[in-house]
Amino acid sequence: MSGPSSLRTAGQRIAWTTTLIVSSLVFIFLMAPILAIMPLSFSSGSYLTYPLPGLSLRWYQDFLTSARWMTSLKNSMIIGVASTILSMVLGTSAALGLSQWKSRIKPLVLAVVLSPAVVPGVITAVGLYFFFAPIGLTGSYLGLILAHTALATPFVVITVSATLQSFDTNLARAAASLGASPLDAFRRVTLPLILPGLAAGALFAFATSFDEVVIVLFMAGPEQRTLPREMFSGIRENISPTITAAAVILTTVSVILLTTMEGLRRRNERLKGNDA
Amino acid sequence: MTAAFVTGDGPPEVPLRRRLKRAERARQFKALALILPLLLFLLLTFLGPIAGMLWRAVDDREVRQVLPQTVAALADWDGRDLPDEKTYAALAADILAARTAGTVAIASKRLNYVQNGFRTLLAGTARNLKTAPEPGTANAALEKINPAWGERATWTAIRSASGPITSFYLLAALDLTRNADGAIVAAPADQAIYRDVFARTFMISFGVTALCLILGFPVAYLLATLPAGRSNLLMVFVLLPFWTSLLVRTCAWIVLLQSEGVVNDGLRWLGLIDAPLRLIYNRFGVVVAMTHVLLPFMILPLYSSMRAISPAYMRAAASLGASPATAFLRIYLPQTLPGIGAGSLLVFILALGYYITPALVGGAADQMISYFIAFYTTETVNWGLASALGAVLLLATLLLAGVYGKLVHGAPVTGGMKN
Repeated sequence: MSGPSSLRTAGQRIAWTTTLIVSSLVFIFLMAPILAIMPLSFSSGSYLTYPLPGLSLRWYQDFLTSARWMTSLKNSMIIGVASTILSMVLGTSAALGLSQWKSRIKPLVLAVVLSPAVVPGVITAVGLYFFFAPIGLTGSYLGLILAHTALATPFVVITVSATLQSFDTNLARAAASLGASPLDAFRRVTLPLILPGLAAGALFAFATSFDEVVIVLFMAGPEQRTLPREMFSGIRENISPTITAAAVILTTVSVILLTTMEGLRRRNERLKGNDA
Repeated sequence: MTAAFVTGDGPPEVPLRRRLKRAERARQFKALALILPLLLFLLLTFLGPIAGMLWRAVDDREVRQVLPQTVAALADWDGRDLPDEKTYAALAADILAARTAGTVAIASKRLNYVQNGFRTLLAGTARNLKTAPEPGTANAALEKINPAWGERATWTAIRSASGPITSFYLLAALDLTRNADGAIVAAPADQAIYRDVFARTFMISFGVTALCLILGFPVAYLLATLPAGRSNLLMVFVLLPFWTSLLVRTCAWIVLLQSEGVVNDGLRWLGLIDAPLRLIYNRFGVVVAMTHVLLPFMILPLYSSMRAISPAYMRAAASLGASPATAFLRIYLPQTLPGIGAGSLLVFILALGYYITPALVGGAADQMISYFIAFYTTETVNWGLASALGAVLLLATLLLAGVYGKLVHGAPVTGGMKN
């Protein structure tokens, strides 16, 4: 259509050029904040302005030696990993069940299962705050893990369901007809094939918990402050270059997650291509 | 193994159809057993808490618990003249009991929402009422402590707050209230702020959605049109911000836009401005930061709807004599409508509930509804009002999410255009 090869008229060329220019500006808009903050974290001065007075790793050192930041990193990891495991167990099981379940109320059940991803964070946080406070779950790791699991599970269900949809159930049947027990068939046939989907679900779940701050704001005690929570206070008070170092570290985590995700997607497409 | 073999040569007394049905039923049962753990979990960690919040929006038991005899006595009151001596005596007894139990503040906080100054009235009465008045003198004794007890409005306030459920908070969330006769009227101007807040929330969400559509459409079009290799490469520019922490991005915008920030420095260096522009802690900053965060949610659905459009349609239109502009407007654009609808609704729904970004980069006049819900929950501990505002936001979100569900569900049927 209007790809570069078929630009016949002047009007089309103008339209295509406009698209290119606007898109480039949007790409700059999307990347600018991330690119602007990175060099500042390597500054030797304590002002967040350019040009940099010199380069240093002092803000990273500050981050890595600060008990406050390291505790928050540890908390984020504990809560992120625990809620990922829990949401994977609950979400994968539900996705397996949903792929076989036939019922008139299935759309309703699906809506309920996915609703934590849609309901505004503040509403979930306020509801949980009222609900968990009387039973002593505010200011506890368990409370935060349970809350983050509820938020992360929809993403696991969506990702795993999508994988199951493209999974050929005849393969599991073939395994059964060849004498495999249901558990064996799942472990040795189904699981290896849906593993990329499961991994993608786990990444989504971890990213959801790792980035969540509203529920943490309401429910975490001083002991459970996570990395985003610490950043929130830091931004509120005054932005020190240590925050930019924290931001770069967080962004690196995002890049790792994104690269892994992209690798999984490619692998999945390759597998599908082989099937065809 | 069994299922495959038994069907052929099973005992003749059980017909095949019934056994298939039984097997299917077992399968359905197993499927349900796999879903149930998650449903139970969500019931305890999500649905239950939200139902609890909705209940708090109408729950009204504080006054009832602290002043039980008064509430019971007021049930017979006709509301026209002052209540009878019996009611005054009940109130005196209740106040003395509440003072001993230390619960006066619970009732006075609730009553103060109805009528400003009630906190002082009740606390002062509790302090000055030494002993239970002699029979028949309760009215005189209370009015002596504070003449407000001789006003009808004082008593209608207690009656209106005597529960067990109330529409008070929900009405307040819509800038409405009940007057002394129980009719619904507009709230006094100094309390009527929530319609403005809702309007502001909708305006910001709408503006952000429109900006996301304007900026996202060309990008999605470019990504969908370019060959896969280059488009995947450019996709990184969309996905990287998408995966970057919200806090990181918000922090970055502050660094960019503050008065000593990168943008202002750059503009000054270019000689375009003398004094720094105010780019953050105002509406501009909120809209820019929110658009940045939500743009990928617009680009991705638009991109997938555009990728599904076969180039053959445009070629067909051209071969039938349509100009490129006509072909674009009449053939291409209509097919992107489901993507536009899905992306816009998604961005709008997500924007409605925004809290962190406006709280960090907005001024006092840019706070959206979520901010007030958080404020009444943690700062002033007016949980009824927080819950009522939450209920309104939840309703708006769920309605839009319902429309979104229908739209996405029906997306493959793009007006009969697709095969």
